[in-house]
Parts: sequence; structure tokens; C-alpha cells
Amino acid sequence: MYLSEFEFEALKRIGAEGASNGAKALSLMMEKTVGMGVSLIKVLPLTEVAEAMGGAETVVAGIFLTAGGPAPCNILFIFPIESAKTLAGHLVEYSYAYDEEIDFMGKSALSEVGNVVSGAYLKSLSDFTEMEFIPSVPALAIDMAGAVLDAVLARVGMTDDMAVLMETVFSEIEQNVIGHFFLLPEAGSLDKILEAIGVKE
Amino acid sequence: MIIKVGMADLNIAKAPDILQTCGLGSCVGICLWDSSAKLAGMAHIMLPCSSIGKRGNEAKFADTALPLLIEKMKKSGADEHRLIAKIAGGSQMFSFSSSSDVMKIGERNTEAVKQCLKNARIRLIAEDTGGSYGRTIELNAETGSLYIRTVSLGEKYI
Repeated sequence: MYLSEFEFEALKRIGAEGASNGAKALSLMMEKTVGMGVSLIKVLPLTEVAEAMGGAETVVAGIFLTAGGPAPCNILFIFPIESAKTLAGHLVEYSYAYDEEIDFMGKSALSEVGNVVSGAYLKSLSDFTEMEFIPSVPALAIDMAGAVLDAVLARVGMTDDMAVLMETVFSEIEQNVIGHFFLLPEAGSLDKILEAIGVKE
Repeated sequence: MIIKVGMADLNIAKAPDILQTCGLGSCVGICLWDSSAKLAGMAHIMLPCSSIGKRGNEAKFADTALPLLIEKMKKSGADEHRLIAKIAGGSQMFSFSSSSDVMKIGERNTEAVKQCLKNARIRLIAEDTGGSYGRTIELNAETGSLYIRTVSLGEKYI
């Protein structure tokens, strides 16, 4: 799965609009200003995903959901643990210490972020493709990056070996927070998406 | 020396080296050891069965990784009849209210690995499987001891 420049541009536009929608939704929901932008779009082999997160043993917060419809996808949001703490802390007005675990409230806030932001990306994807994407309820896991990834990769690895990464930067928080948004299309879904956008070569 | 085994990968090590694989979630680490040859082998499998996925990487599936690992160990002087096995991993990292079958991949991986070991007549002497947390494992080729590390549930040897 290699994308042409045109296809990349299309994904970039989807990402940019999704991020803009996401920032609005998140700011409204949390009654705080949160900025969002896509800093990087990349297609990478599944086996390199853990390395991109800083190694398989790095502790991360992962939010996973599926998007059903004519072009089913899986979505995985990964935050480095420090970013997760900053973001969760900002949302629940608490400051997590270095060695402190994220509590129930914080976890719930992170899941909500996953929910809202995924919804925004999917809305943008839906606008561009005129296809429906129905998100599932998000599930959260805080553990080693490799472990968080592999359950999801196993799901996608049955059919494909590449993933689309949209690196998402959350701004206007105490410090910039980076989240890695992975769109993992199931077999044939990426082709369907690109075809619907009209850039499929 | 620590020899790393990646996801959907396998390797062998001679004493005093150590085989390591990081961040096992629903994946299963299959560890084989020949006590006389002091030879260890490790496979990090992602899926139970090669018939459900794209072919190519044999180390990705339980049913193709095990024969490949045994073969590799035999070539380096291991005796198939002396091999013993230890396994770790196969957890369920995400829990959904609607328990869809595909997310129980950890459990299915563990079952598949056990069946493959049985078919290959290799005795499973220890396991640390299931739960909902990640594991990093290290197999010592000298002693056959398997070290398991987790983020919040400590460490142990099996």
C-alpha cells in the first residue's frame, strides 16, 4: 500500500478538517479552548508502529475504537504517558504527579477525547467520501506500547500490513500534547475511501 | 548479550545469551529450550492460524512459527525430543461491553499455541497467560528460566 502525492493531499485535507472539527467539539465539550492540528501524515508498516512510539516497552495510553460502514476502519489513538497526563489533567483540572497513575476521572476524560476527536475525523472523512462511518464505544488501555498495539494490529494484520498515521498536536494547553492517531483500514477500505474522494489513480 | 525478538519475529540463542521480546499484549511469546545443548528459541506470534491472514511472514502465526523455530534450533544442534516450552502473553488489552470475538484474539492465540505444541509433542512446563496487561519477557539460554516484567504488576520468573 503506497500512496501517490494526490492521495496524500486528500488525506491531509481530511486530517486538517477533522482536526479543526475536533478542536471545536473538544473545546465546547470541555468548556476550555483546545487547539488541534495534524503535524504529520505517514503510511508505515505495522511492525514499525511500536518503534514510532518510542519502543515496545514505552508506557502509553491507547484508545481504541472501530468504525463500521461500507469501508470499515479501526482507530487507535496513542498518547505518550506524559502527554496523556497533561491532557487528562487539563480536562479534569488536576495535576498528575510524575509517578502518579491516571485515575478513573482522568481515564474517562481521555476516552471522551478519543470519542470526540475520532468522531470529528470520521465526520470529515464522511464529508469527503459521502460514506457513513459508525464509531463504536472507545476502549482505553494504559500499558506498554507494544501490548496496546498488538491486539489492534492482530485485527488489521489479518488482511493488511500498513497503517495510516496522522500525528495530531493538541495545543493551547499548558504545554503542547502530541497524540498519534492511527487509521487502520480493513481490507479494501482504503481503496474504497480513496476512490470515493475521486483521487484513486 | 541480549538478542531482541520483534513482533512477528523469531530467533535462537546459545548460552550465555538471552532472548528478549518487549510488550507482548494479545501476542504470545513461545519459548523453547534444550537443556543439554543450552540452546533457546523464541517466537513472538500475533495470530493463531496462517489460514486467516496474508501469507509471507511465517513468524506471525502460531501454526507456522513453531515448526520454523524448531527447525532453526535443530540446525543449531538442538534435539527435538529434549525441547521444553514456556509461554507468556495472550492478554486482552481492551475490554468492550459487547465482547466481540475478534478482540479475544489473546485467548485464541494461547489456545492455538498450546495445540501446536501438543501436535509437535513438546511439553509445556510453565505459562503466564491471560489478564489485561502487557508483558516483556526474557529467556535465559543457560538456565531456561523465563523472566516476565509488567508495568504495574511487578516481575517474576517461571
